Amino acid sequence: MIILEKRPEPSRLLSISTPVFAVIVTMIAGGLLFAALGKNPVEAIRTIFWDPLFGEYAFYYRPQLLVKGAPLVLIAIGLSLGFRAGIWNIGAEGQYIMGAICGAAAGLAFYPSESILIFPLMVIAGALGGWAWAMIPALLKVRFGTNEILVSLMLVYVAEQLLASMSLGLLKNPQGFGFPGSRNIAEWNAANSWIAQDYGMHWGVVAALIAVIMAYVLLNRHILGFNIRLTGEARRAARFAGVNPTRLILFCLGTSGMLAGLAGLFEVSGPSGQVSIDFNVGYGFTAIIVAFLGRLHPVGILLAGLLMALTYIGGDIAESQMGLPSSAIQVFQGMLLFFLLALDLLTNFRVKFASKGTA
Amino acid sequence: MKLTQLLTSAAVALGLATTAIAEDKTKVGFVYVGPVGDGGWTYEHNQGRLAVEEEFGDKVETVFVESVPEGPDSERVMTQMALNGADLIFTTSFGYMDPTINVAKKFPNVKFEHATGYKTAPNVSVYSARFYEGRAVQGHIAGKMTKSNIVGYIGSYPIPEVIRGINSAFIHARKVNPDVQFKIIWAYTWFDPAKEADAAKVLIEQGADVILQHTDSTAPQAAAQAAGNVITFGQASDMSEYAPLPRVSSIIDDWAPYYIARTKAVMDGTWESKSTWDGIGAGMVGIGEISSAVPADVKAEALALKAALADGSYHAFTGPINKQDGSAWLAEGETADDGTLAGMNFYVEGITGDIPQ
Repeated sequence: MIILEKRPEPSRLLSISTPVFAVIVTMIAGGLLFAALGKNPVEAIRTIFWDPLFGEYAFYYRPQLLVKGAPLVLIAIGLSLGFRAGIWNIGAEGQYIMGAICGAAAGLAFYPSESILIFPLMVIAGALGGWAWAMIPALLKVRFGTNEILVSLMLVYVAEQLLASMSLGLLKNPQGFGFPGSRNIAEWNAANSWIAQDYGMHWGVVAALIAVIMAYVLLNRHILGFNIRLTGEARRAARFAGVNPTRLILFCLGTSGMLAGLAGLFEVSGPSGQVSIDFNVGYGFTAIIVAFLGRLHPVGILLAGLLMALTYIGGDIAESQMGLPSSAIQVFQGMLLFFLLALDLLTNFRVKFASKGTA
Repeated sequence: MKLTQLLTSAAVALGLATTAIAEDKTKVGFVYVGPVGDGGWTYEHNQGRLAVEEEFGDKVETVFVESVPEGPDSERVMTQMALNGADLIFTTSFGYMDPTINVAKKFPNVKFEHATGYKTAPNVSVYSARFYEGRAVQGHIAGKMTKSNIVGYIGSYPIPEVIRGINSAFIHARKVNPDVQFKIIWAYTWFDPAKEADAAKVLIEQGADVILQHTDSTAPQAAAQAAGNVITFGQASDMSEYAPLPRVSSIIDDWAPYYIARTKAVMDGTWESKSTWDGIGAGMVGIGEISSAVPADVKAEALALKAALADGSYHAFTGPINKQDGSAWLAEGETADDGTLAGMNFYVEGITGDIPQ
């Protein structure tokens, strides 16, 4: 019989370096997977991790890292605050969608105005949309003690239906010949979020960097950040210390919803360009992996977001260059979280083999 | 130097380099929205790709990426294919429209083919199939075969393509059976076996004994088989594993002839931007074997209808047809123009329910 015994003092060095080990183990296991599929594992790993950064066309892929990584980082930063306090917002995908819908709608209401107020208005509407959507599980939890994991997750599907409805109805491009999808916001100067498209720079990238800094300051220098960490580590102690759990729930869910909403707004007004039925591609869920991969630490999340973006971009290259199936790439990305959690367990627990009787 | 210029010059340089080395081995890229194994839409596009390889052997190289989300990811995948020397890129989903146009602007020497869209450029063609012709044949069989007079229809998204199919099937079902009713469920997915199975079960519970589907999985076929006494039609692929019952026929997408022709055009240097909308006649839409479960006379009528659609002697939308609200659309003998069909956003008279907005 196998018993897991909590280590009294987990090695600090180990717990910081587990993500690095997880990446290495993933490379090895992934390499075996690719080899089993009859592909050269070294070439596959090189294509995924090296080519986008230093390959022949790196000048194109490097900016794409920002485009792909920014929404992941922005959402993951918000999620990490709640996760640290044991408040589980699993519905960032829905908040991301609502941010995009509200932001786009606020802008499109004034189409084709070229006022400089359009974009700021969209940003505010996007943030509010995501915030409001996250407030539903927050208020239900505070008022009725519902489970925020279930409520926020279920609301993703509601948001998806709303997205389809908006693409087919209210926000449908009047000049789109009856096809679903809104006007292309990226082609509208007053409303698009691009700063320098050739360099992958849009306001979402800026917002992600600001969020990283703000989260860092909040967690290390502010009483609220201290309360968040305290609640996560010792709930009862936090209560004795005067932490108000209601306020904390509202703050954590609200902030993560707002950041997810902003990510959606920046995406819809830039890289994606339009509200369409399939606008959401899972950033809200991938961000959960990013948050954990980054140890719920702002800087870690920044690095993890870029790493995740790298596997997406490199994965696509490997698919077309080497003929790897997309499911193999997805398994590869899944391995990353799996090995991280597994190594985490081994860092915090000791595995013991005990004979049956003593258990 | 702007990145656009960089990209272009890189592409040109690469184009020169590869032509020098590879003796004009034509590289053809395919961007797929679903997995190749979906057994439907993407599967058939991939069959087209394999047909291109078979046809030209060593003279072509094909590459593909599957399950590419519409939006910035698709733009990146297309750019990557173009950078790596693709001469021709097929983008096989409606949502790739704007990304295709964006990438095409950066690579004027690469040819692009976008499926089911409407935006063209000097190096972007669009192509689609007149699936509504196949729906007419289905509607005819459905109208003849139903005993409950309730036909269930699993819609994917309420877009012109799907609405056109519903209208065409309904018109031809009503023609042979004035009592027939359509019950329509919108699944909001192209491929989701669980949702499709649920939709099929609900329709069967509501009394439907014919299920038409505009989604790609075989789940509705399995649901019909389990229920018994319900007939279905294969969608996108033949789905012949469910023949002769419940699957009595199918609409098959056949992209191979078009893909071969366009690849050939690139090889010969005769490629030009154009809009293609082919139907049964050109072989882009196939009607799967009508199974033994269909009475011989119904089968003969269906085949006659197919032949008339193929040689152009009959148009699936021939007046008199009224819109759902009773207003006149097509007068006696008048046929629908392609513009109206392409953007069709209304039901014809007799269909109950509203198109979701």
